[in-house]
Amino acid sequence: MKKFKQWVPLILTVSFAAWFLVNALSPPADTDFHYGEFSALPLVFNGRLKPMDSLARNSLLEIREKQTLDTEPWNDWSPKIISANEWLVNVMMNPAVADAWPVFRVDNPDLITLLKLPERDLARHHDGKHYSWNEIAPCFDLLNKENQRVQKVESAERSAYEQAVVKVFERLLLYEELKNTVQPQDVSDWKQQLADFEAMIPAGITAVRAQQAGQKYDQAVFNAFVNNVQQFDDMSQLDAPLVVPPQDPAGEWQRVGATLLDAAKGNPINPAVTAYATMADAFKNGDVTAFNAALDDYRASLVPEFSPAMHKAKAEVFFNQMQPFYGALIIYVVAGLLAVFSWFNLSETLRRSSVWLIGLAFVIHTTGLIYRMVLEGRPPVTNLYSSAIFIGWGAVILGLVLEKIHRNGIGAVVAAGIGFITLVIAQNLAVDGDTMEMMRAVLDTNFWLATHVVAVTTGYASTFVAGFLALIYILRGVFTKTLDEATGRSLARMIYGIVCFATLFSFVGTVLGGIWADQSWGRFWGWDPKENGALIIVLWNALILHLRWGGMIRERGLVNCAIFGNVVTSWSWFGVNMLGIGLHSYGFTDAAFKWLSLFVVSQLAFIALGLMPKGMWKSFQARA
Amino acid sequence: MRMLVDWVIKFFTSLRLTVVLLAFAIILVFIGTIAQVDEGLYNAQARYFRQWFIFGLNMFGWKIPIILPGGYLIGTMLVLNLVSAHIYRFQLSTKKIGIQLAHAGVILLLVGQLATDMLAHESQIYFAEGQTKAYAESSIHHELAVTIDSGGNDEEVVAIPGRLLENGGDIQNENLPFTIRVKSYWKNSESTFRAPMMKNGPPLAPNGIATSFDFTPAAESNNPDEPNVPTAQIEITGPNGPLGDWVVSDWTADIQMVDALRQSYSEQLGAEMAQKIIAQLTQPQTIAIGGKQFTFALRPERVYLPFSLELLKATHTVYEGTDIPKDFRSRVRLNNPKTGENREVEISMNHPLRYAGLTFYQYQMDAGQAARQAGRVASSVLQVVHNPSWLTPYIGCAMVALGLVIQFMFHLVGFLSKRKTP
Repeated sequence: MKKFKQWVPLILTVSFAAWFLVNALSPPADTDFHYGEFSALPLVFNGRLKPMDSLARNSLLEIREKQTLDTEPWNDWSPKIISANEWLVNVMMNPAVADAWPVFRVDNPDLITLLKLPERDLARHHDGKHYSWNEIAPCFDLLNKENQRVQKVESAERSAYEQAVVKVFERLLLYEELKNTVQPQDVSDWKQQLADFEAMIPAGITAVRAQQAGQKYDQAVFNAFVNNVQQFDDMSQLDAPLVVPPQDPAGEWQRVGATLLDAAKGNPINPAVTAYATMADAFKNGDVTAFNAALDDYRASLVPEFSPAMHKAKAEVFFNQMQPFYGALIIYVVAGLLAVFSWFNLSETLRRSSVWLIGLAFVIHTTGLIYRMVLEGRPPVTNLYSSAIFIGWGAVILGLVLEKIHRNGIGAVVAAGIGFITLVIAQNLAVDGDTMEMMRAVLDTNFWLATHVVAVTTGYASTFVAGFLALIYILRGVFTKTLDEATGRSLARMIYGIVCFATLFSFVGTVLGGIWADQSWGRFWGWDPKENGALIIVLWNALILHLRWGGMIRERGLVNCAIFGNVVTSWSWFGVNMLGIGLHSYGFTDAAFKWLSLFVVSQLAFIALGLMPKGMWKSFQARA
Repeated sequence: MRMLVDWVIKFFTSLRLTVVLLAFAIILVFIGTIAQVDEGLYNAQARYFRQWFIFGLNMFGWKIPIILPGGYLIGTMLVLNLVSAHIYRFQLSTKKIGIQLAHAGVILLLVGQLATDMLAHESQIYFAEGQTKAYAESSIHHELAVTIDSGGNDEEVVAIPGRLLENGGDIQNENLPFTIRVKSYWKNSESTFRAPMMKNGPPLAPNGIATSFDFTPAAESNNPDEPNVPTAQIEITGPNGPLGDWVVSDWTADIQMVDALRQSYSEQLGAEMAQKIIAQLTQPQTIAIGGKQFTFALRPERVYLPFSLELLKATHTVYEGTDIPKDFRSRVRLNNPKTGENREVEISMNHPLRYAGLTFYQYQMDAGQAARQAGRVASSVLQVVHNPSWLTPYIGCAMVALGLVIQFMFHLVGFLSKRKTP
């Protein structure tokens, strides 16, 4: 029995590793249409090279807030799930089908009324949340007008309804862009039309020139040609993804619309346009063999000039498929629960199992972090999303170090707890779409991203670790008898040590931010809200240290101060962005504000608990 | 007396004072952040941080009557507290060296920021491709410049600072054979063209620019992106009696404003008409006394440089298929006749030019697709900063970081070795 116990941590870790690897390494089989191969095709969107797979997932996240599509959301018990890639191929190549899928998420009741959308009625196939392009289409003009009005309202002052208007408008616009990626929307037979257009180009140009010169021209050719050009012009007005590779690999990618307008001036049509048209034709006709063959031909045509682009796209598809942060998140939950249980029955096996699992999750977390850095060619933190991932990662290291020193399950709970929470936050931040967006001119510097941003986020991570330790102190002290004198003292010592660490990093990070500002516009300190938020963290940590050195607070005072550190840090991380002013303002949803308020209130409640007289703490009762 | 000295020493060296000051600093920074929502960054700075006391708060639209210490007071007290504690408790021991180094770094940071606050100057250079500038212009202060042309090659300029104009009254200068009486001074103003055949009121003044343009006072702006454009009505009296009323306005002499007007007129009336209107707007206003020509203009305050910069090329690149700016870059020729330097320099975001005690930063640019399509010559704005204490944060940061690392290492080593020996 004893021997078996020794093996438990290893067995658990190996099983979870196997679960993760099986998910990561076995993509869904390409049985009929080769969606998997299609998903690895390279394109340029939002300024960067990416695979169709990322376009599909990010677009669906933006439009539906999920990475998959349920085509029958009214059917709670047997959902019909299709992949983002299958959805995207339909939007691009067979919109007649895609337009009927309930893909647009609309939550705001006022907006549902405005757009005359049906309420929840499962019997009639309405879930009251997801609507199709066709269902919204009758009210496009209304929405457009409303959106124009709302655009004039400052984003910080928009009501929930007005925010919903903008959001749905943007979702519809993105969808329209996707629809116009490989062919003009609402064409009946694109392959034929393209062939006809190609054949009439010389005659068309002659007719247009003649018309402009006031000479005689062929009216039928002129009309057909101008109609086509008009259609392509409409198409190129939209910021659709750039799927046409450049003639020369070092050149710029193009939109199909722009390429066709070029062709109307007498330039040859890029073969990629024809290749996509062939795929679209086969797809619409349900011809699996023809689609797959056209796809293979197109892929072959990209070699060797675009092999690097294809490799990069493929690497990103693998990353999307692997979902390392989701995998790590699940394992952190399990590990955290095991560690909490170990406090009560003092089981070393549970504690060791937890540490092993955290180790595994940490390896996966790290793999994801490094993979992202390589894909982006950037230091770890480039936006809010990646800051959440990095803060979690830093906190896990600190937790593991504490666990290594103290071996009492506390560091393990900190590591697993913060790892889990930050990854959940990251998952929610990812809903905005592409998490690997390009860096604006001022931010386009790897040196400062690697120094200032990393130092500041390490400061955030360590302040959260100190606060989390303090929460453990209060929870165990007030509600259980497990906080004996030794545990209490060791927790306080951990908190003190981490606050020192946090002071160092938040200070260095904040000042480096000032130096970056001095380098880029000559002002070391500009009192920008984000700078101020970071400064408050530094001041707060310094205040805690001075209170402690002056003997003005002891164990419990330190604990309460550390919890307030959580409030201060969450203010700097998210709160200041919600003010809608300054250099770091991103505009925020009500949901984020709600969660932040809840978090702050909960922390204040913990401080109130911490301030209760010792007689009301179970652990202190037990000690007496 | 001894007691009082003891008390003062105790007060200024006490850790409690540090704690109280840190707490006030946190409150101040928080308030100063929130206040920016209602009052804007510039006002919030002036009212909370660059202030000894704060009278009344403004939070989320609520007014709270309360008096709090401002940024200057907290900063000064912190420096006094740190310096006196440092002197009073100073011991030369390896155990304390980290904490002393860190605190010395904080003192340097605080003093350096105070110095920056008092000594730093900011100005801007605005030029289009092909233009050469040997001066920078303030974006806040203005001056009434009188250029004296005595017929020779050299021009002499008498610059009267804007705050003298604001005070009103008579202004005399030994180099000017006339008196300027300021009849009104508007810190911010609007200008409108007195289009012929339209119903215009009587002009503000019978001479010069006022005959073709109307000026009206406007509310003062706190937004640095919408600078104030002052206008003044002046009366000039020469040795032989009055020389008439004139209007001087920054609308006519600030090239950025003139270009903005030109653009807005060409959108409304076409490029040719806009050119005609602008030519009238920028026509110099001159009077002649004793064979000398005096040209006067209200313009942004100038800082003359002992060298010149020519904008060779302004580049604004975006990410493929988007409007997301990727890079702003100005290629500039630096020409310093004194040192014989004549070289090309590239200034871009995060890569300023440091030269002759000044730093030139890439600030704004009009060189993108919009400018190209409208047929405008690409232009660039450089921010010019003179800040003698710019190095203090670098040194201060290094000192604090090093000090904290040393201090915490002592803690950690002590803690770990204590655990090992039971």
